[in-house]
Amino acid sequence: MVQFIILSETRAQRGKYFLKKGVQVLSLCCSFALALSKGKLILNFIPVLESVKPMFRKIASGIFSLVFALLFCNLTAVAQDGKALFNSNCAACHNPIKDATGPALQGVDQRREKDWIYKWIKNPSAVIAAGDPHAKELVDKYKIVMTAFPNLTHEEIDAIIKYVDDYKAPGAEPAAAGQPAGEPAAAESNGWLYTFITVILLALVIVLWRANYGLRRVANEKEGLPNEKEVPFYRNKVVIAIVVILVFIFCGYWLTNGAIELGRQQNYQPEQPIFYSHKVHAGVNQINCLYCHSGAEKSRQAMVPSPNVCMNCHKQINEYTGKEKLVSAEGKEFDGTAEIQKLYKYAGWDPAKKEYIRDANGNIKDQPIAWTKIHNLPDHVYFNHSQHVKVGQVQCQRCHGDIQNMDEVYQFAPLSMGWCINCHRQTEVKFADNNYYSIFEKYHEEIKSGKRTGVTVNDVGGTECAKCHY
Amino acid sequence: MSQKQYWKGLEELNKPAQQEVATDEFNEDLPFDLSGNLLDATTPRRDFLKYLGFSTAAAMLAASCEMPVRKVIPYAIKPDDITPGVPNFYASTFVDNGDYCAIVIKTRDGRPIKIEGNEKSSITRGGTSARVQASVLSLYDKARLRQPFSEGHEATFAAIDKAIAEGMSGLSGQAYLLTGSILSPTTKEVISQFIAKFPTVKHVVYDPISYSGMLQANEVSYGKRSLPSYQFDQAQTIFSLGADFLGTWLSPIEFAKQYSAGRRIGVKNLKMSKHYQVESIHTITGAKADERAVCKPSEMGAVAIALYNAVTTGAAPNFGSKKLNETIAKAASDLKKGNGLVVCGANDVNLQTVVNAINDKIGANGTTINWSISSNYKQGIDSDMVNLVNAMNSGQVGALFIHGVNPVYEYFQGAKFADGLKKVKLTVSFADRMDETAQQCKFVVPDNHYLESWGDAEPKTGYISLMQPGIAPIFKTRAFQDSLLTWAGATTTYGQFWNQFWSSKLGSQENFDRSLQEGIIELAIAPSASGATFTGNVANAINALQSSKPASGNKELVLYEKVSIGRGAWMSNNPWLQEMPDPITRGTWDNYACVSPKTAFELGAELTSINEVDYKKHVIKITANGITIELPIVTVPGMHNDVIAIAVGYGRDEKVGRAAAKTGKNAYPFQVWNGLTFDLYSGANIEKTNDFYDIALTQTHNSYEGRAIIHEFSLEEFSKNPEELYRDREEEIGHYTTLPWKKEGYEGNEPKLGEYVAAVPATDALEEGFRENGTLYPNYESPGIHWGMSIDLTACIGCGACVIGCQAENNVSVVGKTHVLKAQEMHWMRIDRYFTGMPNDPDTIQTVFQPMLCQHCDNAPCENVCPVAATPHSSEGLNMMTYNRCIGTKYCANNCPYKVRHFNWMDWNGADCFQDNLYEDGRRDDMNDDLTRMVLNPDVTVRSRGVMEKCTFCVQRLQDAKLHAKKEGRPLQDGEAKTACQQACPTDAILFGNVNDRTSAIYKLRAQEQVHRKFYVLEQLHTLPNVNYLSLIRNTDVIVGGNEKLDGMMNDHI
Repeated sequence: MVQFIILSETRAQRGKYFLKKGVQVLSLCCSFALALSKGKLILNFIPVLESVKPMFRKIASGIFSLVFALLFCNLTAVAQDGKALFNSNCAACHNPIKDATGPALQGVDQRREKDWIYKWIKNPSAVIAAGDPHAKELVDKYKIVMTAFPNLTHEEIDAIIKYVDDYKAPGAEPAAAGQPAGEPAAAESNGWLYTFITVILLALVIVLWRANYGLRRVANEKEGLPNEKEVPFYRNKVVIAIVVILVFIFCGYWLTNGAIELGRQQNYQPEQPIFYSHKVHAGVNQINCLYCHSGAEKSRQAMVPSPNVCMNCHKQINEYTGKEKLVSAEGKEFDGTAEIQKLYKYAGWDPAKKEYIRDANGNIKDQPIAWTKIHNLPDHVYFNHSQHVKVGQVQCQRCHGDIQNMDEVYQFAPLSMGWCINCHRQTEVKFADNNYYSIFEKYHEEIKSGKRTGVTVNDVGGTECAKCHY
Repeated sequence: MSQKQYWKGLEELNKPAQQEVATDEFNEDLPFDLSGNLLDATTPRRDFLKYLGFSTAAAMLAASCEMPVRKVIPYAIKPDDITPGVPNFYASTFVDNGDYCAIVIKTRDGRPIKIEGNEKSSITRGGTSARVQASVLSLYDKARLRQPFSEGHEATFAAIDKAIAEGMSGLSGQAYLLTGSILSPTTKEVISQFIAKFPTVKHVVYDPISYSGMLQANEVSYGKRSLPSYQFDQAQTIFSLGADFLGTWLSPIEFAKQYSAGRRIGVKNLKMSKHYQVESIHTITGAKADERAVCKPSEMGAVAIALYNAVTTGAAPNFGSKKLNETIAKAASDLKKGNGLVVCGANDVNLQTVVNAINDKIGANGTTINWSISSNYKQGIDSDMVNLVNAMNSGQVGALFIHGVNPVYEYFQGAKFADGLKKVKLTVSFADRMDETAQQCKFVVPDNHYLESWGDAEPKTGYISLMQPGIAPIFKTRAFQDSLLTWAGATTTYGQFWNQFWSSKLGSQENFDRSLQEGIIELAIAPSASGATFTGNVANAINALQSSKPASGNKELVLYEKVSIGRGAWMSNNPWLQEMPDPITRGTWDNYACVSPKTAFELGAELTSINEVDYKKHVIKITANGITIELPIVTVPGMHNDVIAIAVGYGRDEKVGRAAAKTGKNAYPFQVWNGLTFDLYSGANIEKTNDFYDIALTQTHNSYEGRAIIHEFSLEEFSKNPEELYRDREEEIGHYTTLPWKKEGYEGNEPKLGEYVAAVPATDALEEGFRENGTLYPNYESPGIHWGMSIDLTACIGCGACVIGCQAENNVSVVGKTHVLKAQEMHWMRIDRYFTGMPNDPDTIQTVFQPMLCQHCDNAPCENVCPVAATPHSSEGLNMMTYNRCIGTKYCANNCPYKVRHFNWMDWNGADCFQDNLYEDGRRDDMNDDLTRMVLNPDVTVRSRGVMEKCTFCVQRLQDAKLHAKKEGRPLQDGEAKTACQQACPTDAILFGNVNDRTSAIYKLRAQEQVHRKFYVLEQLHTLPNVNYLSLIRNTDVIVGGNEKLDGMMNDHI
């Protein structure tokens, strides 16, 4: 930074009223890069501007406004972190306001000390082992030990707690949906406040700049110095440069994000040929996921069950008598009994005679169901369910979300590579339990000597390309 | 380091030309004109921006399409034994006429995708061949018939059954069933049922590549018209007179297994068999021979007689060739020591009788030749076929059923057979495609593919191999046996008949089920080897051989089978086999006239034409038996100077398939009927033409610039100084470290090589020191598994099974001749062939095979230069290739010293997201049909255009093996993870495993058993390859082509 200023000053002091085009662009880029990395220094930059010549001043003021814009961007980004972190790390087992696999999290910071929460999240087993009474209570109640998240920082945990505390159940108060109330409202108004301040400051910058400009012209006239020809702002090269750079940055940001998103389908929730409700089957009736998705422990595919698997139960169950209403995402209500009839058509079952309809050769007249595939991975990705379900003992919900409460399934996780890698970095393998890992002698020694508490998927090579791409 | 001079083509012996080629490797002009005004144009920048804008917009348009809606369709009723995504394996049998291999079919979701060898078979012992590996692709061959045909029109089985019943009832004249050699006992039963129904039917067995001479000679010599079991593993001396027993002769997979078992050389086992080969062309068997001499085919009789005399009377042979005399004399003295074996590839009764006499004299019967188990591979008697054709032409034949053979194409007088066929009223072909014979038949009732069939085989008496389908018949085809049973009026199907036959033989359905699961039924105790009494008349045979007329013409012609294409048949239309480089010539997609360098020079071929860099080959005219064909010449050092060799199996009809059509010329008409047998040798006249023809040869595509990459020793050298190679390596890389025993105070404590001592790892110290100190980069560790491969150059026979096995496993693309010519073939595994010796003296030529694949270097040159990190290294020692990350700069390929990376220049397999981008050339394209794509391995990405690819060590198999172990909660077992090449290899030349596991075979081999023979290719570059090679040991005392002779060699030549 300092070097850069000196360079500019000497150039300016030599009496050259303009910098060469290339230098101009270069300095713009440099200052932009510096501004990004050391935003605060820009403030020191302003007094220096007093002494430098107009062209450079223009550039600096441009940067000034840029910094504001960026500051604003950053703030909104931080505000979103809590939600994203919660969804990617906690949502599989926790609901903010309802007990699920784990307890409801809202107000957790009031129930427990912050330090306790940090310790617990980073290594629950250690807390339990230390004989903590709260921990024991949790284990007794939920019969499961929480997954450790050693990589979450204190700030991230704070962000999650903040998000959870601010959380309002969607649709819980439909009347109040449009009206922000309580803390969430405050958070929103914060945003507005920043915008307002930015606008005011921007306006101030422009006013001051114009005033400065006018005064200098007057001063020059008085001293008999020649004035530059005044150009309208849309012809002003600095303005054009700033606008171009801004457009480039925002378009680039938009384009890159758009390109990254290409082929991803998070929240994809297509209509299926039969309104099959996971909520009724896996939620209310508590059918084990593996009963139908029997490939999940054996194969790379979890397998969509064939109609004959459905018929194991639906030979008997021919009407829907549950209390839960079957409602699609669009709010359309479905008749469960009619949907079971659709299944009978596919399965070739005659519900009246209670037998399969057969052709002359004795083959059942059935047809396969063409479900719409929700979770799609690109062809160059190899994913194996059994690796995760059987070996890693990952809960289905970790990737598929709160499936037992979904009437209509949607894609819960982004299924992006970043999402996969993140989990591989954080998740520990069953190092001590699975004898396969006995060959990793080095890690065993490190654990023994206390140098290491656990082994993540990453440590055994789980983030290498050829683990999923071949 | 002592180093023989290896050369892969004659161009390397001509230094100026070689340098020119090496420095100007990419001598094609750039595809646009730089000399013109392109760069002086007034607005090139604007044009550039326009193109840039347009292409960006186009790419965005193409990329921003909506996500397609994909369906997931489960079974309506899922079969119990199929779990989608998990392969099922079925033991079965590969049978192609007399060719046999016990196999395991890998099926995914109900379709066969890969063939492996069945290790339970004591005959093929888990080995395979390129043809066996490629046969799975032929299941999905587009040219296969999809329903029966009646007089060229589509028909139903019912209609044809009726017509044939009518035809047979109104039959006038004799009826014949013409088949290839049938190994199946139940099929023979079915045929006898058919004959019982129609007693006029005669069964004629015809083998296009005939072994009738051997069968008849054995009848004369031993009173048995059959073939014995050969036991190459028992042999201490092997003398082969023109028999390519490792590539094509009789049962090459079995013999390759046996042969390599007899040559497992190590410092603790310094014994290996001695192999003499006298041949007129250059075969892979000749390449492996310890002593090799050439003779003209017309001299083969004389060679056999000379050997007989040398063995019996000790008479010195008297040929013009000194090497030949020496070879025969030495072989005779070795053969007399016992455990000798003489085999001969000629289809000549007298010659085979003399060979039988030699085997009898040296006591081979009962030791290396086992008469208690006879081989059934070949059963055809040539005179039967000649009689049949004569009968057909004289109008005595009323009906002819043809299965497994294609005489219009394969018979030496195909036209005569076709004429005869016209005189037969009822002609039925069971061909799987509309081949040359089927086109002329009235009815075509296509047989199932063997992967769709129930069946069995008895390759050797008492050794049964069962065949079960991996898939239901894809088309409306019917088993050959079912057709015969239907016409014979039987009510059972062949499947039922077969089931009953074996379950009653085995005592119960339970026994049968177990045998079916294992795939084989073998005797618990093999009968002990027994001999047979030689009763032949040697004198008569010798007289007959001596009185036979010398071949006419200025050259002698030899017909041979290629290792890949064989006799033709379905192999001709198999793109994998067509593109597999021939082990010796390295030619693809064509047949050609092989000539020696000297002959090529005489034919006016100049350096540019006779070497292998220039793909334009002189075309010559070959006249023999009154037939003339024109073929390009390919120079093959090591061939007799007066011999030209042509492969059969080419020049097929268009309807055989697109890969087969318009390729090469049919050489079968050059066969000679000598009154007893079909002879593959004849005299020929050749003359120059002014034409040229492009032949796609692959050897020169990758140059090592003359660096030492092969280490070869004679057995004597190795026995005397087994540490030579290790000491050379020590000299080369040892200065990077102070070996523990060279430190002060430790002198004299040097451990013996191969004795692994925990405190002082003898071999590791050298390599580890080099690993750590030979580079500025940090040393990365492998905490769990570290994969390694070892390739034994002594065991490798160059047969190419690994090449095709890899292709099938890894979805490696076929690129077609045009792109092979541009050196763009995609094989992840290639077998480089190098010659040593004097090109003009075929007796001095020794040939070496070196399988070359990605070496998975721990300090890989390719990894460092990738700008997008698409090829990083894994903690398991794998050099990974991430296709979706690759942007196709090709820097990696340019920086790879082993030349093992391949770039997808085209969209070979329709993997691109852009439509209509698929490359087509009219030949290879059948590969990309919905049907043929069923052969693709769903666990391996099909690569799109513009990305680099290379061997992955079959990472999908490694991952699968690890997952199995993890699921069972146990460490990975040694040998659980096998690469496709390792599994395909018939000689166990490839070993693969975890070198971090000190109990693994690969670790023991590297650290203890084979320390003396172990080397790494280009080790001095500090690439730290994970593939090591074991030096080639030849049981010879003559090492040809030493350095001092090289200059002379060059001057002699050209």
